[in-house]
Amino acid sequence: MAAAGGGRPVRPVAVVSFAQSKMMRREELRNDVEVLQPVIVDVFEKIGLSKDDMGFVCSGSCDYLVGAPFSFVQALDAVGAWPPMRESHVEMDGAFALYEAWTQLQEDDIDTALVFSFGRSSISELGRVLTLQLDPYYMAPLWPDPVALAALQARALIDAGTYGEADFAEVAARSRRDARNNPNAQVTGDKTAQELLGDDYVVAPLRRHALPPITDGATAIILAAGDRARDLCERPAWITGMDHRIETHALGARDLTISPTTRRAAVGAGLLPGGGEGSGTGGVSDDGVSVDVAELHAPFAPQELILRDALGLGDAVVVNPSGGALAANGVMVAGLVRIGEAASRIMDATAQTALAHATSGPCLQQNLVCALAAEPAGGRR
Amino acid sequence: MAQRTAVIGVGQTYHKAKREDVSIAGLVREAAVRALEDAQMDWSDIDAVVIGKAPDMFEGVVMPELYLAPALGAVGKPMIRVHTAGSVGGSTALVAAHLVSSGTHERVLTVAFEKQSDSDAMWALSIPQPFSAPLLAGAGGYFAPIIRAYMRRSGAPDHIGILVAVKDRKQALKNPYAHLHIEDISFEMVRDSIMLWDPVRYLETCPSSDGAAAMVLASESVADSASASYPPAWIHGMAMRSEPTMFAGRDQVNPRAARECAADVYDQAGITEPRREIDVAEVYVPFSWYEPMWLESLGFAAEGEGWKLTDSGATALDGGDIPWNCSGGVLSTNPIGASGMLRFLEAAMQVRGQAGDHQVETVRRALGQAYGGGSQFFAMWVLGADKP
Repeated sequence: MAAAGGGRPVRPVAVVSFAQSKMMRREELRNDVEVLQPVIVDVFEKIGLSKDDMGFVCSGSCDYLVGAPFSFVQALDAVGAWPPMRESHVEMDGAFALYEAWTQLQEDDIDTALVFSFGRSSISELGRVLTLQLDPYYMAPLWPDPVALAALQARALIDAGTYGEADFAEVAARSRRDARNNPNAQVTGDKTAQELLGDDYVVAPLRRHALPPITDGATAIILAAGDRARDLCERPAWITGMDHRIETHALGARDLTISPTTRRAAVGAGLLPGGGEGSGTGGVSDDGVSVDVAELHAPFAPQELILRDALGLGDAVVVNPSGGALAANGVMVAGLVRIGEAASRIMDATAQTALAHATSGPCLQQNLVCALAAEPAGGRR
Repeated sequence: MAQRTAVIGVGQTYHKAKREDVSIAGLVREAAVRALEDAQMDWSDIDAVVIGKAPDMFEGVVMPELYLAPALGAVGKPMIRVHTAGSVGGSTALVAAHLVSSGTHERVLTVAFEKQSDSDAMWALSIPQPFSAPLLAGAGGYFAPIIRAYMRRSGAPDHIGILVAVKDRKQALKNPYAHLHIEDISFEMVRDSIMLWDPVRYLETCPSSDGAAAMVLASESVADSASASYPPAWIHGMAMRSEPTMFAGRDQVNPRAARECAADVYDQAGITEPRREIDVAEVYVPFSWYEPMWLESLGFAAEGEGWKLTDSGATALDGGDIPWNCSGGVLSTNPIGASGMLRFLEAAMQVRGQAGDHQVETVRRALGQAYGGGSQFFAMWVLGADKP
């Protein structure tokens, strides 16, 4: 008996508002609360609500980015947690906080939820911080940093004969071009893939353009259920399904060239036919996800290719029109931004259906898939 | 409508100052295996894993759930990591419970842990931050002034804290899993122990423990057909509340979030007289004086009267009408991230009748509570033997 988990919602819930800070290399003058507070104001002002209208509040952040325990505690001041509020926090990307809020909204006692996340990656040595995510006994003492691990993954792709450095450069060139239309993006440009291949290696086979920037920023989303969503937003982005799955931490036990949990999560989110019971086995069918837009959280360029294949995205799917994580990669933020960007394409009527993906851990260890549409699952209720 | 949800399995480690015999993975697995055995389930029965712990700096591992996924049988499944300061063990159980009550999952394993001996919690709590007052003395230094404010307000005599410290350590002698087993604990021993943060003496404060707690939560259909060793403990009410750390006029002794969290849970459970309608409570008391303080916040006594209940022996397992912390509580066992879950778990054990020597007779309803941060994060549930 396995995993009934994830699955399709009983109660229709939608993204009705999204806000983010301008993503930047370093917030020189503002602390976490000061970066976050204008974003919270913005996400409320867009739909004319306040914190007192929220049934639930859930956030995501990482203590180690600021080098202090309880970094999320002060974030309460950005929301103004008075009178006391129903609130929780995950030490994960904000996308997982949104998952928690979405499950709570399945119960009838609340109609709205605020979800937010924040992080300033610039004030720590990010590579060293993320290395402390690794098995503390057998892997972390070797200090393989995230770039080195992503390079191992890229090398595995090259060795498998599926993709090469030119493909990585194509992903980066397209992301930077698209990011020119995103006012909050950090890295933009119009260099061709050929030109980018002139970059130096950071860790072979990854050249500078295949790496994400180090980003400071914050983001927030408001979810609303049923009629409340229709009242608040002309075109709510309905969540038609959501699921997330984790893989083993032992890199040597994984095939780094594929992402079976991304595919499994897409099944759970109702984007692919099911049938595959059990532990993270991918390839439940040969079908591809059919959506208008996909926002994929691929911090390293080769990872976008792995995710596209896992989801079976065809050429008709517009991938990362925001520029994706290669244009701005706020740690704990970038996954929730993917949901916000995908929802925005529905809210601004450029898409009828969208997929948002978020990841956590080294080499795409944990993956979340959120399915969004202009109509709730099962049509208008 | 929320779906009925029940605890159908519990497990905890033997708690010690240093569990040098296990890794972090070994520690959490020990608790999880016991919970699965209690539920008569296998790893493959579990739909999702929800794990919680206090700050990552307590062990020096960033987001350790990534590394712990295989040890907890989470590979291929959803896994969520909760962190809400000291209340986290309770909040983690509640996040797991909502996965079931929302109807999205049927069987959820929830785990909380701390391996304090891998690092130094006092250090982790005291890292200086720019433009912030340093918390140099850890949690005790933070809470001592709040306790003094309670004593001044209520006029409670000095010995109340000592009574709680003695009572909880005596009760811990009946709990084989408890960290502290002080066989000859006495009023004089506590009174004569060194003053750490006036008025909190050494023996009026919690220990630093390595340990983990785990529970299996299940939907009504699963709980009804479960072959677990003990009957289900049904959730009758659950809630979380948060408020800011400080602002002018904030009542830190009897925080509004604590009162509103309790009111929400009692409303869900249909409880109007907690002292009469709840048979046993496991409440987060890391410093002895927090028993009388929470007796008031949780509505067991009127404001300013909590210490009188303690003084009268009403909260003792032996002879009290509303026994608190029969397991020995946080004062006897404190793996920080798991301390809240142990309260929730012990409440389940009492309802299911599996608490052994520290079992209260005929428990129909039990309360579990946890708090964290600067008395600002609260998590509670009320469990019952009957379906809600």
